[in-house]
Amino acid sequence: MNDIVRELLAKHGSLPVSVDQISDDADLYDAGLSSFASVQLMLALEEHFDVEFPEHLLNRKSFSSVEAIVAALAEITGDQQAA
Amino acid sequence: MTAAGPVTASSLSDRATRVAKSASEWADKVDREARFPAEALSALKAERLMGVMIPAEFGGENASLTEVADICVILGQACGSAAMVYAMHQIQIASLCGYAVGSGWHEDLLRRICDEQLLIGSATSEAGGIGGNLRNSICAIESEGDRIRLEKDATVISYGEASDAIMVTSRRHAEAAAGDQVSTVFMKDQYTLEKTSNWDTLGMRGTCSDGFIFRGEGSKEQILPRPFAEIAAQSMLAVSHLLWSALWYGIAVDAFNRSQSFVKAAARKNPGQTPPGALRVAEAANLLQQIKGNVVSGLKQFEQAKGNPDALNAMSFAVAMNNIKVGTSQSILTVINHCMLICGIMGYKNGTPYSLGRHLRDAHSAQLMISNDRILGNTSNMLLVNKPDPSLAG
Ligand SMILES: Cc1cc2nc3c(=O)[nH]c(=O)nc-3n(C[C@H](O)[C@H](O)[C@H](O)COP(=O)(O)OP(=O)(O)OC[C@H]3O[C@@H](n4cnc5c(N)ncnc54)[C@H](O)[C@@H]3O)c2cc1C
Repeated sequence: MNDIVRELLAKHGSLPVSVDQISDDADLYDAGLSSFASVQLMLALEEHFDVEFPEHLLNRKSFSSVEAIVAALAEITGDQQAA
Repeated sequence: MTAAGPVTASSLSDRATRVAKSASEWADKVDREARFPAEALSALKAERLMGVMIPAEFGGENASLTEVADICVILGQACGSAAMVYAMHQIQIASLCGYAVGSGWHEDLLRRICDEQLLIGSATSEAGGIGGNLRNSICAIESEGDRIRLEKDATVISYGEASDAIMVTSRRHAEAAAGDQVSTVFMKDQYTLEKTSNWDTLGMRGTCSDGFIFRGEGSKEQILPRPFAEIAAQSMLAVSHLLWSALWYGIAVDAFNRSQSFVKAAARKNPGQTPPGALRVAEAANLLQQIKGNVVSGLKQFEQAKGNPDALNAMSFAVAMNNIKVGTSQSILTVINHCMLICGIMGYKNGTPYSLGRHLRDAHSAQLMISNDRILGNTSNMLLVNKPDPSLAG
C-alpha cells in the first residue's frame, strides 16, 4: 500500500521535491502539499482502491504524512472487509 | 499604567458601546480624510479592550471569540474602519494565544499587550503574484546564529504605521517550499516600512492599508513555534472569517437602523398610511436575520471545536467558515442596497442622518478581502469529497 500511496503522491501531490526524498513520517504540508493537491490525491486514492473517504477522515491530519495516509486507507479497507 | 480595575468592572458590551459612541462621532471624518481612526483606538485602549481575549494569567480577561465578535458588531455599527482595525488586531491575538503559549518571548508579548494596550498589525499579502493567497510566501527568513532578518514586499499592511508590532508570514528559510511558512512578530523598533503604495480606496479608508517594503531584524525566539500552516488552518482562517463577518454584519445593522428610522419618521407624519419603504424594511430585516443566524452558528461551531485539532482541521469546518465569509460579504450588499432604496436621495447624499454612502463603500471591500472567487475555488475543491451535514441538531 505504501508504494501505491507514494506513486499516487508523486503523480497528484504537485510537490516541489521528489517523493523518494520524503520519509514516511515527514510532514507533507511542510513539504509543499497544498489543500488543492491533497484533495486531488484523495480522489486518486478513492479511484484506485474503489473506496470513499468517510467524513471523519476528511481532515488535514489524514493527509499529513505518507504514514497517515496509509493508516487512513487501512482503516477504510479494514472497515470494508469487516462489513 | 492606568488602573485596570474600574474600567474592567463594567461589561464588555458596555465598554464597547462607549467606544462606539466616540468612533461614530469621527467616522465620517476618518472616511473622508482616509486617516487612521485614532480617537476610536484611544477609546479602545482607555476601555482596555485590546487584550481581552488573552488568558488572565497574562493579564487578559479570557474573553471568548463570541464576546469579541459581539464587540466587532457594536463597533461595526459606528465606524467600519475602526471595527476592522480592532478585528484584525484580535485575529493576531487569537494566533498568539493559541500557538505561542509556552514560548517565553511571546508570553512576555501577551503581557505587554495587556499592560500597554499594544496594537498588532499583520503582513500576509505579498507582491509577486501571491496576492491574497496567504498560504504561500516568496520572502524567507535569513538567519545568522540567533539573529534573523526578513524583507517582505507587502502589498497591504493595514494600520502599518500605527502598529506597535507586526506579525509577518514568510518561508521558514531560503530553501523552504512556498507553503513551508512561519509567522514572526517584529516590534516597532525592529523594523522599517518603506511605503510603496497609498491606500486611497472606495471604502474602509480609515484602515490605512498602505503597501510597504517591510524590513525587520530580530531574534529567532520571535518566530511563532508552530508552523503557519497549522495556525492558518486551525485559527486564522476561521477567526478572520468570523470576526470580519461580525463587523460587516454591524455595518449592515447600522444601515438598517437608518432606513428604519427613515420609514418611522414618514409613518409619524402620516398616521394611518403605511410608508412606501415599509415593505423593504421587512425584506431587509429578513436578510439581516439570515446573516445573524449564519454568524451565530459559525461562532457556535468554532467554540465547540476550539482546542480540538481534529475538529478544527476537519474539511467540513473549513467549508462552513468559508461559507460564512462568502455569504455575509454578499448579503450585506443586498441589505444596504434595500436601505438605499428606502431612504432614496437622503441615503445617497452625504451628511444626512440617513446617509448610506460610507456603509455601502465599506461593505464593498468584504468580497475582495481574500477574494470570494479564491475562497469559492477552495471550497469547490473540498466539495469534491466533502458532503455537507444536513442535520439541524449538530
Ligand atoms: C480593508 C482591507 C484590509 C486589508 N488588510 C490587510 C492586512 O493588514 N494585511 C494583509 O496582509 N493583507 C490585508 N488585506 C489584503 C487581503 O488580505 C487580500 O490579500 C487582498 O484583499 C487580495 O488582494 P488582490 O485582490 O489584489 O489579490 P488576489 O488574491 O491575487 O486576487 C485578485 C483577483 O484575482 C482573482 N483570483 C486570484 N486567485 C484566484 C483563485 N485562486 N481563484 C479564483 N480567483 C482568483 C480574483 O478574482 C481576485 O479578485 C486587506 C484587504 C482589505 C480590503
